[in-house]
Amino acid sequence: MTDGDHAVAELKGVTHRYGQTLALDDVSLVIPAGRMVGLIGPDGVGKSTVQALIAGVRKVQTGRVTALGGDMAIAAHRDGVCARIAYMPQGLGRNLYPTLSVYENVDFFGRLFAQSEEERRWRIVDLLQSTQLEKFANRPAGKLSGGMKQKLALCCALIHDPDLLVLDEPTTGVDPLSRKRFWELIERIRARRKGMSVLTATAYMEEAEGFQSLIAMDDGRVIATGTASELKQLAGCDTLEEAFVALLPEEKRIGHRKLHVPPRVHHDGALAIEANDLTKKFGDFTAVDRVTISIERGEIFGFLGSNGCGKSTTMKMLTGLLPPTSGSASLFGKPINAQDIDTRRRVGYMSQSFSLYSELSVRQNLELHARLFQVPADAVQPRVDEMLVRFGLGDVADAMPDALSLGMRQRLQLAVAVIHRPDMLILDEPTSGVDPVARDSFWELLIELSRKDGVTIFISTHFINEAERCDRISLMHAGRILAMGEPDALREARGAATLSDAFIDYLEEADGRQDAEDAAAEKALAQPEPEPETKGDPLGLKVRLARIWAFARRETLELIRDPIRIAFAIIGPVVLLLTMAYGISFDLENVRYAVLDRDQSQESAILGEAFSASRYFSEQKKLTSEADIDARLRSGDIKVAIGVPPEFGRNLLRGYTPEIGVWLDGSDTFRAETARGYVQGVINNYLEDLSRRETGSVPNLSPADVEVRFRYNQAFLSIYAISPGVLMMLMLMFCTMLTALGIVREKEMGSIINLYAAPVSKLEFLLGKQLPYIGIGMVSFAVLTAIIVFVFGVAVKGSLLALATGALLLAGAATAFGLVISTFVRSQIAAIFGSAIIVMVPTVNFSGMMYPVSALEGNAKVIGTLFPALYFQRISSGVFNKGLGFAELYRNHLVLALFCAVFLTAAVLLLRKQEA
Amino acid sequence: MKRSLEHVYRLGIKELYSLRHDPVLVLLILYTFTLAIYTVATGVRTEVRNASIAVVDEDGSDLSRRIRDAFIPPYFKPAAVLPSVKDIDAAMDAGTYSFVLVIPVRFQADVVAGRRPTLQLNVDATAMTLAGNGTLYVTNILQNELADYVSRSEEGSSLPVKLSVRSKFNPNLESSWFMAVMQIVSNITMLSLILSGAAVIREREHGTIEHLLVMPVTPAEIMLSKIWASGLVIVAAALLSITLVVKGMLGVTINGSITLFIFGAAIFLFAMCSLGIALATFARSMPQFGLLAIPFFVVMNMLSGGVTPQESMPDALRYIMQIAPSTHFTSFSQAVLYRGAGLDVVWPQLAAMTVIGVVLFLVAGWRFRGTMAAAQG
Repeated sequence: MTDGDHAVAELKGVTHRYGQTLALDDVSLVIPAGRMVGLIGPDGVGKSTVQALIAGVRKVQTGRVTALGGDMAIAAHRDGVCARIAYMPQGLGRNLYPTLSVYENVDFFGRLFAQSEEERRWRIVDLLQSTQLEKFANRPAGKLSGGMKQKLALCCALIHDPDLLVLDEPTTGVDPLSRKRFWELIERIRARRKGMSVLTATAYMEEAEGFQSLIAMDDGRVIATGTASELKQLAGCDTLEEAFVALLPEEKRIGHRKLHVPPRVHHDGALAIEANDLTKKFGDFTAVDRVTISIERGEIFGFLGSNGCGKSTTMKMLTGLLPPTSGSASLFGKPINAQDIDTRRRVGYMSQSFSLYSELSVRQNLELHARLFQVPADAVQPRVDEMLVRFGLGDVADAMPDALSLGMRQRLQLAVAVIHRPDMLILDEPTSGVDPVARDSFWELLIELSRKDGVTIFISTHFINEAERCDRISLMHAGRILAMGEPDALREARGAATLSDAFIDYLEEADGRQDAEDAAAEKALAQPEPEPETKGDPLGLKVRLARIWAFARRETLELIRDPIRIAFAIIGPVVLLLTMAYGISFDLENVRYAVLDRDQSQESAILGEAFSASRYFSEQKKLTSEADIDARLRSGDIKVAIGVPPEFGRNLLRGYTPEIGVWLDGSDTFRAETARGYVQGVINNYLEDLSRRETGSVPNLSPADVEVRFRYNQAFLSIYAISPGVLMMLMLMFCTMLTALGIVREKEMGSIINLYAAPVSKLEFLLGKQLPYIGIGMVSFAVLTAIIVFVFGVAVKGSLLALATGALLLAGAATAFGLVISTFVRSQIAAIFGSAIIVMVPTVNFSGMMYPVSALEGNAKVIGTLFPALYFQRISSGVFNKGLGFAELYRNHLVLALFCAVFLTAAVLLLRKQEA
Repeated sequence: MKRSLEHVYRLGIKELYSLRHDPVLVLLILYTFTLAIYTVATGVRTEVRNASIAVVDEDGSDLSRRIRDAFIPPYFKPAAVLPSVKDIDAAMDAGTYSFVLVIPVRFQADVVAGRRPTLQLNVDATAMTLAGNGTLYVTNILQNELADYVSRSEEGSSLPVKLSVRSKFNPNLESSWFMAVMQIVSNITMLSLILSGAAVIREREHGTIEHLLVMPVTPAEIMLSKIWASGLVIVAAALLSITLVVKGMLGVTINGSITLFIFGAAIFLFAMCSLGIALATFARSMPQFGLLAIPFFVVMNMLSGGVTPQESMPDALRYIMQIAPSTHFTSFSQAVLYRGAGLDVVWPQLAAMTVIGVVLFLVAGWRFRGTMAAAQG
């Protein structure tokens, strides 16, 4: 490949903004090829932006970014090289799929690069062994601890032998032992792939020390470049950590000094935290195994341990978030009780993952929490301001958390945890990803809280220098506490030079198998590795299909892991079909009516009987006056009022044509119209009867007969008319809902980054997302049709094949429509609501299911025509009711196919393949 | 108590901020309560309007021409003429006409001779709403036309009674009046269910609920904050819709008190948002919630009395639907907005919605903490 002098990537005059915030200010830098390059600098200075631009996942705004010999602003170049770049985004495995197992996650990325099954297998085994993840190969990624997720994300990035590896704080939150192995792994890969360039951002200065070349950044600019020793020389410092601080501009260093931990003052009274044999089991996995700790008031208690050893679970049990399986724990001498509001007020808790409101600004988050923790109203503002200053958040006070770097978000979480001056702090890796200066300033605060105010601090960390500042620490591994005591005592007990060595020693001893694993890892790497197969043409059909399949397969796996969702998707429509078919009916009966009889004659009584005998009417208490008509109709007690005038009988017999008054409740127009028809019918019957009584013959009321033939539904039963429509409605609604969350969910969860970074086209991604749901749609179609035929006894009179083909096309169009919704909404809530309302209105109203299409007017007609519902309704009703086949219906099939194409095209156009 | 109210208030304000940051959702809500209402109300007719009819005229007489011309707007589109009975199948299969009338050979002659000939009316019975009422219209028109014809040619007999039909609250039986308000009810139902439930799921998916649960905030406070925030947005949207779209653009006469309607809507929203939150405790993720919500709002949309009258439902189902708050809200809305009913008439509906709401709220609260914390495992 290239030699050391060559540049693998270059930025020239690059400026980047997020809204008003300037992230990069006219940055020019060169990343030399074939080397390990480190990006260092405080939080939020633009390190991640540089990396995202080079990896091509972020859009270049101004300036020029070149990587692997081309301009990253050009889509064709990006598509060409993105298979040669591996990008691992910041955050604890945000790009992973939580329900997929460790193995399946890596496997998915392998498939994206169209690797053969055999190639994937040896690569995955190799990677998992090197990262000590193979024991967890079958565990869902969502159940891994933060550090393990980081390792897994790295495996995913490394599956395809990239030429350029871009790692954004890859070891944040990873324990020291794993971190050591992590870098060993990178070294081995680099040894294997000569010429691979690595660009890493890191907050660990001891790691940066080992890099071949460093770029120090501050405030959107590059402030120094060179090797670690060059930087140290430049700053005149002994360690890189000190050099880092020295290189920062004056104002950022103010107040920064070497931390001093004053001796602890002993407080009397109950222990702050006391846990006895605390145990937590998830299924048959014991996460926390008989943990016993006691922490005094005002103590700073450090919690160290390998990733996934149960630290977070222990902390959650202490906060009351998780009930322990066995054992007991108490805070301030009181047993933990999830309902105990008073204790909660005294505790500040910070969880590992970001758990603040991304829709509130930094300041709003602080204010909200201050108020929820009942900080006195007049103290809220000063306290918020104090926190903004203390944690260096003043400049971003009005920014949204999503726009902040990981380090800045951590600071915000810390600020929130201490804003109400709690008596106890439970902090789960609070300083992961935070730069050294900010970390020290945070510790200054912790020390002050502990020593001055007697606040008890229970903190977990992976930074050894932080552990050294604790009064006592405990080492945890595999759910158990290995050792507990003062840092120096632990170090001396192991006879180790540093606490870090002692820690690694403890861990390696505890995990006897480690050596064997190391050997296995070495062996795996020592093996003559199979030649990576020549990859197919990335634009070739076979490779494209493989990628679509990769997405479809992953989506299907996620679906299978979520049987409740499948159940909802299949059972929901069935329940609805049964309810609708049973419930929707236009066969109106039992219309409530009452009579106002002002005649009280024999004739008016006969007229009344004509009504009460009709099955369409249900007689209510007689009316007493004109005013009563109004009141009874108003109250909804009756829907029809019939007024018989005085002298009705006499006038009728004299041929004076008396007038019968009928009042309808017009609030439900359909019912009113129908009732009017019924009234007419009853009166006609009455008149025929009258004529028979009077003249002995049925009068010739009409000179001709009308013979009505109800076609397609001779019995005029609602079920025949309704079933085909309900089938259409359910398929449309459920298929749309199934995909409507697909993309926006990945955006909310972070895994959309894989689309940005992977060598796939938007269409491949969308098709892959769509296919499994078309499958679900067809299963649902089969079930619903079977119910309609066998349970309701509605025969398929026409071509079943035409119906099934139509259903397939409808499922395609509906799922594609769901994807369209998913690409333009910003939140999952909007996606759910949007797909419900957008689909529901035309489906129920404009499709011909409830109201005939030929009677639609205006916009309704336009919307109806532009929505697939109408066309499948024609097919469905045509096949079920009218006995039609392809010959008569094919045009509708063609229109549905057109909808599939149009919706997919729209989704492709709306979907972005880079971040802004 | 004061603290609780403060929490509920603050957390609710937070919900409103979330909404402000989601312009697509705001647009969707606006669409739901303006354009969607207007389009449905003006586009869909439950009464016979614009019905399409064709005539096969085998007689070709004066009388048959008179009959053809008798189908007039707005009830019918001008009658089309089909050349032969053989064309009926294809035309009706394609759904071009809802009615096809066949006037047989020598029809006029037979009428004049008093031989009572038979007209054949083909009705597309797949469109149930139109088929029933439309058939009545067509037969009425035919009888009137024939009676008129016969009475001109000879001494006619009119009916011995006169029927005077008046329709209260909606004199011309404009279905747009009915559709508009029912559509609002249906949209309130859908929106309240989704907004409140999804707001809870989002907190869980983003891990923010975990944060809330370690704070001195009770589940009841969290739930109430979501209810008032979602409720406020929806009530505002519904009010806007009633004054601007229904009264303004559609010109519907609102007989009753809008204040009373809003009061009832608030109670209804309390019940629906509680239901949304209760459902959210049964779903583990947003995709699950989306699917779980569909049957609830579709059933409430179709079977609460807004689409098909309550009377035509089987008894068992009608009783079951009494559990749904939307059934009571539908009758409440019809009574208040159309019939101008007051509190004295609609209190049973208000009471029913309150009771259902409280029960749902208790169920949601009972499940809330357990399911929220467990999801963190």
